[in-house]
Amino acid sequence: MKPIDKKLVQEKIDELAGKELYVHLETTNGAYASHKNQGFFSVGTFLRNARINYVQGKITGPGPFRIGLELEGGWAYAEGLTDWEVDDNNQVLLAGHDPDGRLAIAFQLSEKPFRK
Amino acid sequence: MERHVLVIFPHPDDEAFGVAGTILSHTQNGTPVTYVCLTLGEMGRNMGRPLIANRETLPDIRRKELEEACRLLGIEDLRRFGMRDKTIEFTDDAMLINRLGEVIDDVDPSLIITFYPGYAVHPDHDATAAAVIQAVQMMPPESRPTVHALAFSEGCEKIIGEPDIIHDVSAFADQKMKVIEAHESQTAGVFQTMKQRFLEHDETMKDRMNTERFWTYPVDNE
Repeated sequence: MKPIDKKLVQEKIDELAGKELYVHLETTNGAYASHKNQGFFSVGTFLRNARINYVQGKITGPGPFRIGLELEGGWAYAEGLTDWEVDDNNQVLLAGHDPDGRLAIAFQLSEKPFRK
Repeated sequence: MERHVLVIFPHPDDEAFGVAGTILSHTQNGTPVTYVCLTLGEMGRNMGRPLIANRETLPDIRRKELEEACRLLGIEDLRRFGMRDKTIEFTDDAMLINRLGEVIDDVDPSLIITFYPGYAVHPDHDATAAAVIQAVQMMPPESRPTVHALAFSEGCEKIIGEPDIIHDVSAFADQKMKVIEAHESQTAGVFQTMKQRFLEHDETMKDRMNTERFWTYPVDNE
């Protein structure tokens, strides 16, 4: 992955608007966060291959970046995004990594389902 | 000497830290070892520095690392269950117990090594181990293999007592280090520090590399 280029990501967001898409959205502290620090309130979630179709969306912020997609009847949102790539399957992968290279958030869009 | 050892863990690298020396002691002794690894650790968060993986490429990278770790461990029979990281506790219990039972029937191990259910921190660890124990308990008591379980949750010894199996694996420390290193995508960040501490004779790190501890799980106390 490479550091997010806001302009290129915005072009991609505009290109995918109005299409039937699969989304992978995830945040994580890591499975051992509460083991290493008993006081830490660990949360995490992932949703893979949910279908969305958004009307319009934006990438904002000075970096790390935020993305908000306006759906027909709601919103999809992610913050803390630092890196991105469009992979060989034309899947748009955005992620937020901490300074040690650990993934903290992933926000991915694809016209084809992500593998299970 | 064991007849056949069956190792059952949910993630590539679960076999590296607290178990690799024990596995090596068996394989180098000529005892066949089968490793059932349920997932590919698809949700691991270490992506390397610089980044070498993303959410979609990580499973392929971890599969290669797992195969290399098995080669270093002398494991010739690796069976991947194709399940997804973080989902073991939500899977159909009967299906998982049944699949594990089929492998146990097929391999006919004298010893199974897995986690200690309830005391292994990660929900995948606890769910895997619980299914293993139930699969063993479905066997007739006289044909059940011994189960050595790995526990490491905070304060677990206050509840389940001290481990009764203590293996000195210092003879395999260098090889164990290579197995940990093979899981590069997950261990690259901590590996150099670990190795340095070991070489500088840091007591905690030496103990972690040289001694592996297990509890004999009371399978028959149903």
